Amino acid sequence: MAEVRLEKVCKLFDEVVAVDNFNLSIQDKEFVVLVGPSGCGKTTTLRMIAGLESITSGDIYIGDRLINKLPAKDRNIAMVFQNYALYPHMTVYDNMAFSLEMHKRSKDEIKERVQEAAEILGIQGLLLRRPKQLSGGQRQRVALGRAIVRKPGVFLFDEPLSNLDAKLRVQTRLELKKLHERLATTAVYVTHDQIEAMTMGDRIVVMHDGFIKQVGSPLELYDRPANQFVAGFIGSPAMNLFEAELNGTGDGVSLQAGDFTLELPPDKAMHFQDYTEQKVIVGIRPEDFKRAAEHSPGQTIPATVEVVEPIGNETYVNVTSGNVTLTAAVGRRTKIEPHSTLNLIPIFENMHLFDIRSQISILGH
Amino acid sequence: MVIERIGSKVIKFYVPLAAYLAFLLFPFYWMVNTVFKSDMELYNLDLNPLYIHSPTLGNIVTLFTETIFLRWMANTFFVALSATIISLVVSLLAAYAIQRLQFKTSGPTGVAIFLGYLVPQTILFIPLAHTIFKLKLWDSLWALILTYPTFLIPFCTWLLMGYFKSIPKEMEECAMIDGASRIKIFRRIILPLCLPGVLSAGIFCFTLSWNEYLYALAFISSSAKKTVPIGLVTELVRGDVYHWGALMAGALCASVPIALVYSFFVDHYVAGMTGALKE
Repeated sequence: MAEVRLEKVCKLFDEVVAVDNFNLSIQDKEFVVLVGPSGCGKTTTLRMIAGLESITSGDIYIGDRLINKLPAKDRNIAMVFQNYALYPHMTVYDNMAFSLEMHKRSKDEIKERVQEAAEILGIQGLLLRRPKQLSGGQRQRVALGRAIVRKPGVFLFDEPLSNLDAKLRVQTRLELKKLHERLATTAVYVTHDQIEAMTMGDRIVVMHDGFIKQVGSPLELYDRPANQFVAGFIGSPAMNLFEAELNGTGDGVSLQAGDFTLELPPDKAMHFQDYTEQKVIVGIRPEDFKRAAEHSPGQTIPATVEVVEPIGNETYVNVTSGNVTLTAAVGRRTKIEPHSTLNLIPIFENMHLFDIRSQISILGH
Repeated sequence: MVIERIGSKVIKFYVPLAAYLAFLLFPFYWMVNTVFKSDMELYNLDLNPLYIHSPTLGNIVTLFTETIFLRWMANTFFVALSATIISLVVSLLAAYAIQRLQFKTSGPTGVAIFLGYLVPQTILFIPLAHTIFKLKLWDSLWALILTYPTFLIPFCTWLLMGYFKSIPKEMEECAMIDGASRIKIFRRIILPLCLPGVLSAGIFCFTLSWNEYLYALAFISSSAKKTVPIGLVTELVRGDVYHWGALMAGALCASVPIALVYSFFVDHYVAGMTGALKE
């Protein structure tokens, strides 16, 4: 049983706040991903759990144990580093055996556990090599192997895939996910890549400037972002976000932006009582547009195509309408010429609206 | 084309290299040349000084029979080795602490050690002489063993600091999570990775101690305790008479161990000086 609990955790580096009031409870066997742009405090949080960074205030528990002051070696964790941190002067076997040796396990047990881990990762043939003689992907496996021989209570991953090339990254991502299911161990995974976060996490913690912006399952974050930051961060290509003015009251609420007006359906309108005659941020994902044959005021956005990006499984068009720039997905094989006109119908059920000052969703997510 | 390229390589590379080599090796040639000449031949200005006309081993015999050269060699070896070991141990610990423990004064401590290196030996030996005298170490090999580290430690510390810096911190952090203590990390991870650095620092210490002149001259007076550089100069230059043959024989014998040490470790030495832990 290893749940990880962080309560009001703060970290200051010389007066600079790196992590602020971090509260999170990670269930046993859960795979939690911390994601955010660089400098958001995700790695610092991970390092505090690992015991490599002191905690300025707050408490961290692993299981029922308060571990604030516990040295890293006594926390029953294993960590995989971005640059793998393999010991270059030791063979793969010795690298994997090192932690067991430090914990004074018998030679036979060490051998058995290293063999077992090597088998799981398919690196039995590499045990006598040195890290220098391995490819990036193989080193990655050895680093994983070194973590799993320990049979730790919690796995900590610090951007373990970012040194791999794109193809290998996708493949290793899958394997990591399978490995987690097989080992059924709590895992905390740090990445700046939102696709990695979406594909791997049971739950995702989006961080920005030391704060948690939202915690939720991947699709929760995608479908119901709590604020503008999460809306813009999760999803690729990113959600279209633009400023608009809310006009009208009751059932007749409309949005005014660029060269167009959009009349909102009545069921959405109930959220907007406080926002009439005010500016809001509108968020529409690229795939939440349909195409209309003709422009009908109040329903469609008339736009001029600037750039067409066919990527095979989808075609994205970059369009402008007045001062609003939008990206829209227009289907797999759609012939559209640059500079042509396009009429887009936004799908109102999937539209997001954010308060312009607090940037919090006003749809009540 | 090919001939042209070879010609240009000869002119641009081999000719300067040969000139440089001749320049560097000429003193050694002169030394060897002098060792095997008799005094008569040496002082005969009519003969070509670049050749040995009637080779003799007389100078070497003189060196080993009329002076206690072997004793000096033993002294020098003992002093150089002890000073090297002391300096290496201190520098390793100091460099590691400054580079990795991140205590408040780690930066200033590093700078202070470096400043120590900048004080000229010729000035430092005055207070050192006083200290040695107070410690009643005058005219003892320990006077040298304890004073040589004053100029060895600063350099080695800085050399090793650079080396430690090139070792990714994650490696230590990983070892820490793996359950190793600081001492174990130092012994099992850091030291093996820094071996080229430690070797070059060691060679540096050994060479400097082996050749050291000033402190040895100032702190040692009895013949039996002299090191090679002092012994040769004080006992083979009698008044204004230079026993060139024996002097050169001593110089030749004394440079052999150093040359051996260098040729043995040259690869490591170069790697150590250029720093960097290569993946």
